[in-house]
Amino acid sequence: MSAIAAYARALAVVEGVAQPITTVAHVHVAARPLVLVPLALAGEANAPLAAMVGTDPASPRLLIVPQPRDRQLRFAFAASLADVVLSYLDEFPVALAGEEPVAADAPQLWVPNRGGLAFLRLFGRSTRFRRTTGEYPVAPGVPVLGRWLTWFAERSEYPGASALLAATEVLGAHWATGQSALEDANLAALLGWIDPPAGSSAREAAREAEDPTVWPPAGPSTDPSFDNEVLAPAIAAYAEAPERSTARLERALRGQTFPTWELTWRAIELMRTLTPGGSVAVRWAADCRQYAGFHRWMAEDGLPQARRDGAVAAARRLLRLEWAQQEYTVSRSFDDPRVMADFRVTGEAFRGTVTEVDAERRVENENGNLVKRPLVVVRTEDPVHLAVGTAVGSPSRPKQSGRVLETDAGLVTVEIAKGLREALPRVGDDVTYSSVLSSGGRGPNLPPVEDTPWTHGGPPEPYVPTDEDAGETWE
Amino acid sequence: MPKLPPPDPRLALLRGSVPPKRHNARTIAALTTNPGCVRRAVLDTAGIDKDALARHLEFPAPFGQSSFAITRGNAFEAQLKADGCAELLTLLRETLELDLTEVAYADLESVGDNTSEDVRNTYSEQQLAHGGENTLFDHPLLRLIVAGQSVYLEPDLVAFQHQGRFHVVEIKSFAVIDGQADPSKVAAAAIQSAVYVHALRQLLGRPEAVADEVVLVCPKDFSNRPVATKVDVRKQLLVLDHQLKRMDDVDTLLSALPAGLSLGLAPGPDGTPTRPVGELTAALGEMSARYSPDCLSHCELGFFCRDEATGCTDALGTAVREQLGGVDTVAEALQLAQGTWAGDEYQAEVAAVLRTTARVFSETA
Amino acid sequence: MTDPAAEAARTTEAILADLRSGAHRGIVVDSPPGAGKSTLVVRAALELALAGERLMIVAQTNEQVDDLIVRLSASLFAARPDARIGRLSRGGFTAPPRLAALPNVVVASGLADLNDPLVTIATAAKWAHVRDEVWPWAIVDEAYQMRSDALLVLAARFERALFVGDPGQLDPFSTVENDRWRGLTWDPMQSAISVLLRNNPSVPVHRLPVSWRLPYSAQDVVASAFYPFTGFRTGTGPGERELGFRTAGHGVEDAVLTTAAKTGWSLVELPRRHTLRTDGEAVEAVAAIARRLLERGATARDGSAVTPVGPSRIAVGAAHRDQVAAIRAVLDHPEIVVDTANRLQGREYDVTVFLHPLSGRRDATAFHLEAGRLCVLASRHRQACIVVARAGIRDLLDAHPSSAPVHLGDPVKFPDGWAANQTMLAHLEPHTVSW
Repeated sequence: MSAIAAYARALAVVEGVAQPITTVAHVHVAARPLVLVPLALAGEANAPLAAMVGTDPASPRLLIVPQPRDRQLRFAFAASLADVVLSYLDEFPVALAGEEPVAADAPQLWVPNRGGLAFLRLFGRSTRFRRTTGEYPVAPGVPVLGRWLTWFAERSEYPGASALLAATEVLGAHWATGQSALEDANLAALLGWIDPPAGSSAREAAREAEDPTVWPPAGPSTDPSFDNEVLAPAIAAYAEAPERSTARLERALRGQTFPTWELTWRAIELMRTLTPGGSVAVRWAADCRQYAGFHRWMAEDGLPQARRDGAVAAARRLLRLEWAQQEYTVSRSFDDPRVMADFRVTGEAFRGTVTEVDAERRVENENGNLVKRPLVVVRTEDPVHLAVGTAVGSPSRPKQSGRVLETDAGLVTVEIAKGLREALPRVGDDVTYSSVLSSGGRGPNLPPVEDTPWTHGGPPEPYVPTDEDAGETWE
Repeated sequence: MPKLPPPDPRLALLRGSVPPKRHNARTIAALTTNPGCVRRAVLDTAGIDKDALARHLEFPAPFGQSSFAITRGNAFEAQLKADGCAELLTLLRETLELDLTEVAYADLESVGDNTSEDVRNTYSEQQLAHGGENTLFDHPLLRLIVAGQSVYLEPDLVAFQHQGRFHVVEIKSFAVIDGQADPSKVAAAAIQSAVYVHALRQLLGRPEAVADEVVLVCPKDFSNRPVATKVDVRKQLLVLDHQLKRMDDVDTLLSALPAGLSLGLAPGPDGTPTRPVGELTAALGEMSARYSPDCLSHCELGFFCRDEATGCTDALGTAVREQLGGVDTVAEALQLAQGTWAGDEYQAEVAAVLRTTARVFSETA
Repeated sequence: MTDPAAEAARTTEAILADLRSGAHRGIVVDSPPGAGKSTLVVRAALELALAGERLMIVAQTNEQVDDLIVRLSASLFAARPDARIGRLSRGGFTAPPRLAALPNVVVASGLADLNDPLVTIATAAKWAHVRDEVWPWAIVDEAYQMRSDALLVLAARFERALFVGDPGQLDPFSTVENDRWRGLTWDPMQSAISVLLRNNPSVPVHRLPVSWRLPYSAQDVVASAFYPFTGFRTGTGPGERELGFRTAGHGVEDAVLTTAAKTGWSLVELPRRHTLRTDGEAVEAVAAIARRLLERGATARDGSAVTPVGPSRIAVGAAHRDQVAAIRAVLDHPEIVVDTANRLQGREYDVTVFLHPLSGRRDATAFHLEAGRLCVLASRHRQACIVVARAGIRDLLDAHPSSAPVHLGDPVKFPDGWAANQTMLAHLEPHTVSW
């Protein structure tokens, strides 16, 4: 919890409405996202119960598992979901540019909350090893869906990636409500604070959102009284007379998913009201590249992802995640003064007015040559906690960087060392310098998997999908 | 176990003419989830039905359970325990590589017709203390002392003795998928198991007689087949031990309360509470709560306390409170931030930071 | 009681015997604070050098690398005047003056420019970029502070390795929160030694038994709080160390110093209050005490030798960087080291003063409770340790909700931070001086 976000929460309490903690959007919002609202049966390990899915807010498609404990019906559900998801993916063709697979655009999935992300990850896990032949054959789309859902879920772990988004997480990164982060996990309550319905206060709207009879939970867990009073009898009726009872079940499950479907689309609409930050397109391009790469993998080989990361894969993923985390932190602060504000409070960045510029200053470098090292002096009210020598950069001149030479009574002297082609700030300019910068640099060379060292258990057996994986019990 | 003095009469008065609610491992475990909350400590010690209290106060706790979850949990346990725990034994043998050849099964639930707690507990104690090697004990009734009060625990527990040591087996119905399970559910299971380990150790009087690794049995991946995992509960035992020792004396808790204080609901002839809500709220106000948003997910009174905490920084979460300089109320924090109140002398530093925050926030609107 | 030197010598001999035997690919040596870890590294390096084995040494920071070089240089020169130590560094690195004077040290940014030294030494980060070559032996220093993914990267560089480190200090960390590797024996977030041992249970683990740094007054409390299962003893007995002063004083600072001199510990308690991290009064108190040590002309007696406690023999510690910045600004003394626990790891002083990580807090986080943090802060001293804190830590600990998530298959880390804090505080309370 940053100081800015905490202050904004306090303000939200008093103002009675959520406060923006950003000035731009930090995620990409696709023109045609696919929204998925999944429900799971209570007590089971990710047994699907229903999903409302589609790309058009006006025409959602409801998929249900009328008897969630029936393996055949689960796979029928998976097959239908595969139809929807895979035909959506077909809208994003992948071409080859030389050897490189490229995609002009990529698919984007939205789920209501973190639970939705976990559901997709586990649904991917329970379907990706299946086979279309053998003892327990499934429809061809099922294992393909499993691999794609796994890809989306893994992609969503990368800070700044927008291929799979959870509405609560996205909204929470852009607005601070007058309640706790824990309560923000309720999408209806969160939206109640951000965009209270006419004639109702945000607090009332948030309280009302906690009543499952008014706002059914956004899933994947269902309301226990719904389970006991509506769902259980409806499933029992289905067992008696499937044909006559399907509509009743559908009605019940539509009632539980549709409100969340609408809320998720409202979240998307709200995000569209924000201008995307400067680096959003760059990060979306990375999503597109990753998408194209996996698309190619699926076309060529498409083995399912392993159950767990091996030693080398784990180390590689961790390094990439750390890199993405750092880049996301930096580019968000460079894109958005309100995000940068947080570093100004902690003294890691400062903003002020240029009072002096020495553009022609030259100093001797290690080799004894005179090199140009201009000085910029900034007067600031911010509490600067930067040691002399700390490297700093500026959002208005991202290629120009330098280091702090002196800080004294509200005056900070910065020596500019890099990016001198870009014009220097001028006296009177409003500038910001931050010490939270890209780490750059290449990561270490990881050994190939087959050379996994003895310290880490030695080379693992290469993963070969087995019949046992394919026929894994799902009961 | 020592003979205890009779329960403090003030507890009965607090509870108001109803029998105390029985503790279970979950309520004992709650000692460690918010040990700083005096209100929770008093209510639990007095055995007050917090759920009924919350309902009468019109802040019902939304802790309903789905019949699907209950059915699945029961079915899983029944399957493991069928035929004298046949499947459970196979699992313990195979997964934990235990040399359990001939195993006896003892169900301690029924003791003839006389099923008073005392009798059952005594029987459990005898059986556990003198039971043979390689015996699985089901449904023992254990006793613990909490704040000087005797508390019976009826764990859904199997304990087995192997090579002279007892091992606690905890059966849970959440799945272990590819070796991983929901960490908050495992944490809850671990602290509950620690309560059992603690109670068993008290009963046997020999700490070393009960292993500090418990065996957690859960459904494997997406199936109904069980998988066993050892969980080290030494940390949980440390915390539990410490918190139980702190609560040694019920007097310290009660002497801070006004004499004659009652939280009784005054049920009418049909059992409906008749106690005015205002009176109850005032009575609760006598014992300070330490509310944090986490309470919503584990304490029956969470929603009541949240309402009470409206306008307090606590209601926004501990991290927010810290960022706001530990100031108690939102109004104070904002006054400090906006410079409309200078705060107490010692708040000068907090005020300076909050003013900077407010300034850079409004500057970037 | 056996002679501590003999006891320590037996352990060293057993370690060197394991090293010579060639029976193990890995050997682990756990070292409590100040137990002669660097001495062991030098001994082991010489042992291998004398056998003509080319050796790589991995440390975690540039400072640690340079410290080791300084310690190794003379011994190696005496044993093998022809042998050189190669220090591998990043490009643009300027060797500190203390290295420049050493006759047998070569510094370069590429292996080729080192010209085949007998001992090659670099940070783990630098080793990560070395390719192809393989050394018969490696010594990995501070291996409990190294993340296992760093070990994965450079494990191919050596055939056998000796891993040394202090299990009680801070664990390595990541900026990423992700539970996906929990329970895996090769979890990249775990320490190098944790992963090594889980994958190679037959690797022998030795433990250095004697802390030569810590005074006798620290033995029981540091051992029980941070090394509950293994313990250690101090090399000196009661009364062998003593903090003294050349001048007298009667202020509150002096009461603090008197308690510290008498008992080896002092808990300076400020009025109970919830404060910002950079609590101005506490910062003032820390600075005032450090200053007072100098003003009073503090001296350190070790056996019969008495030496002055100069500014370079005093360290001031805190949990957060902003606290460090605030203390530095107020103390304003160029020679007294003020730093975070992370950066004080592995260092040694006569007297330390630290701001308790839980001071002025209402709630504790895992960061503030971490046993390793408190252990580093409470085990850097040879004479006395002074802790500055707001009253109320006991209540904070008692009220601390224990709801930490539990991951199946994750090794349970001991000591537990909460328990270590309780133990430490219970020990400090009798040495309280109200500020």
